[in-house]
Amino acid sequence: MNDAGRVAVIGIGNEYRGDDSAGIAVARRLAGLPDSITVIELPGEGTEIIDAMAPFDRVILADASRSGGVPGTVREFDVSRVSLPVRFFNYSTHAFGLAEALEVARALGTLPPEVTVFAIEGQRFDAGDELSLPVVKGVQEVATRIIETLREDT
Amino acid sequence: MSKNGTTQNRTLRVGLLARVEGEGALHVRVKNNRVVDAKLKIFEPPRFFEALLRGRNYLEAPDITARICGICPIAYQLGASHAMEEACGVRVDGVLRDLRQLIYCGEWIESHALHIFMLHLPDFLGYDDAIGMAAEHKDAVAMGLRLKKIGNMLMSVLGGREVHPINVRVGGFYRVPTATELAELKPELEWARSASIETLELLKTLTYPDFEQEYEYVALSHPDEYAVLDGRLRSNRGLDIPIYEFKSHFVEEHVKHSTSLHAVLRDRGAYMVGPLARYNLSFDQLTDGAREAAIEIGPGRECNNPFRSIQVRAVELLHACDLGLQLIDRYKEPTHPFVETTPRPAVGFGCTEAPRGICWHRYRIDYDGTIRDATIVPPTSQNQKSIEADLREFVTQHLHLNTEDLTWKCEQAIRNYDPCISCSCHFLRLDLERDE
Repeated sequence: MNDAGRVAVIGIGNEYRGDDSAGIAVARRLAGLPDSITVIELPGEGTEIIDAMAPFDRVILADASRSGGVPGTVREFDVSRVSLPVRFFNYSTHAFGLAEALEVARALGTLPPEVTVFAIEGQRFDAGDELSLPVVKGVQEVATRIIETLREDT
Repeated sequence: MSKNGTTQNRTLRVGLLARVEGEGALHVRVKNNRVVDAKLKIFEPPRFFEALLRGRNYLEAPDITARICGICPIAYQLGASHAMEEACGVRVDGVLRDLRQLIYCGEWIESHALHIFMLHLPDFLGYDDAIGMAAEHKDAVAMGLRLKKIGNMLMSVLGGREVHPINVRVGGFYRVPTATELAELKPELEWARSASIETLELLKTLTYPDFEQEYEYVALSHPDEYAVLDGRLRSNRGLDIPIYEFKSHFVEEHVKHSTSLHAVLRDRGAYMVGPLARYNLSFDQLTDGAREAAIEIGPGRECNNPFRSIQVRAVELLHACDLGLQLIDRYKEPTHPFVETTPRPAVGFGCTEAPRGICWHRYRIDYDGTIRDATIVPPTSQNQKSIEADLREFVTQHLHLNTEDLTWKCEQAIRNYDPCISCSCHFLRLDLERDE
């Protein structure tokens, strides 16, 4: 335990659906984080995200987005202050997905005080276990940013 | 015609079907005030997993097929395990079969709780999604989440983890739980039992469209159980066959507007699988508690209104809690966690009742256990034709509604089936078109 409270990083995605696995890839590239930080991988079903976040004071989530933007683009959302645009993640593998999970948790009062979401814009979501090149770069960028942020804070 | 949205020719279009696993499209065309076309479109080729299985070892099939669906992995793991066991000439019975029933209870609880509370209930309470509902019905949402979590707990204890369980294998399990581990689940299951009755009370207060239909229901049937793991395939119109005859009676057709195959009963057409089918064919085999609650609170002895499938799911939720408690009470740890299997060149079949209906498997393996070919028929693709038929009839009856309301109701009608498109292909986007 440290000053930042209980901290978790949650990577979301389906590792057999191309760039949908970007969040999982982030979770697997977090070597060097302090041991006190919990790293979780989830497939993206909303109620599991609600449960997984509940015990923590601070949660950082990484997921693929499909908003029509440039593949590999990284966007950061401070969910403690603003809601995620629901449509933004609507194409994720599960319809009760991340954006809905965060808002239901907020409505139920179980949303941790500090929640950040990193969205990596995906290029292809068809069957297969490889990330596209721009998304690999996005994954690396997000992993680095998470490691740096958490090192500074802890 | 009047101006409230009932022009003679129109096409309904819904850009995206929310709260369904994946993406698909629905297209409805109305001509001279008659529905002339209703098509559920699915865009993606579905057979990736069948190709992936070829050349793999037979013992790998349960773990590979489990990845088809994050909501109903047990249906795939057990369907594949049963088929491989049959190919090897082995039968798994007794306490190992009980454990299989118990893990299936976990999957049903998880899947039904999710669908009832997070996906279907918002429709009936008049919300666009679970977010709006959560703000004003906190207690109901919290109850749904806790129920679902109890399903997860069963899956964790028996499956090794909640999502994509890793402990199920051909012949049984890698590790079986201790009696103490199972007994610890009882208080939560007892709570879940009461919560299921509370759910039925809540669902009784909702308003349901008057929409009774005639379906050919198809489900597994078993002489002593509300069939889930095995049995014969039966229908309310006289079908009664062993599962290996499935392909002689059911045909999967390519249709122009969908890359997912459409299953039909040969020479008869659409049929329905899932909660309504099981309920109407095997009502008497529900647990005493579930049967009594169904009669006292609803939906009654028989249910032919797909919108009331939400009530049927709640009865099955109660049944799964009751059955889970019975199985835990009689559990005695087996001496060995699985039955040994020796491969031989053979064909094996497996069919179980996934939360959404029968999930059918057929595999051919070689003398060394290599899988030569695989066929999987998931429930959602079997219900596609019934969904289209419902839509055609429902739109016909509700042409007086304006486009927005009609569209919303059509989405609800599709959600009656809890379609899990990740099973039948992966993404499903629904488009319902209407030009005026």
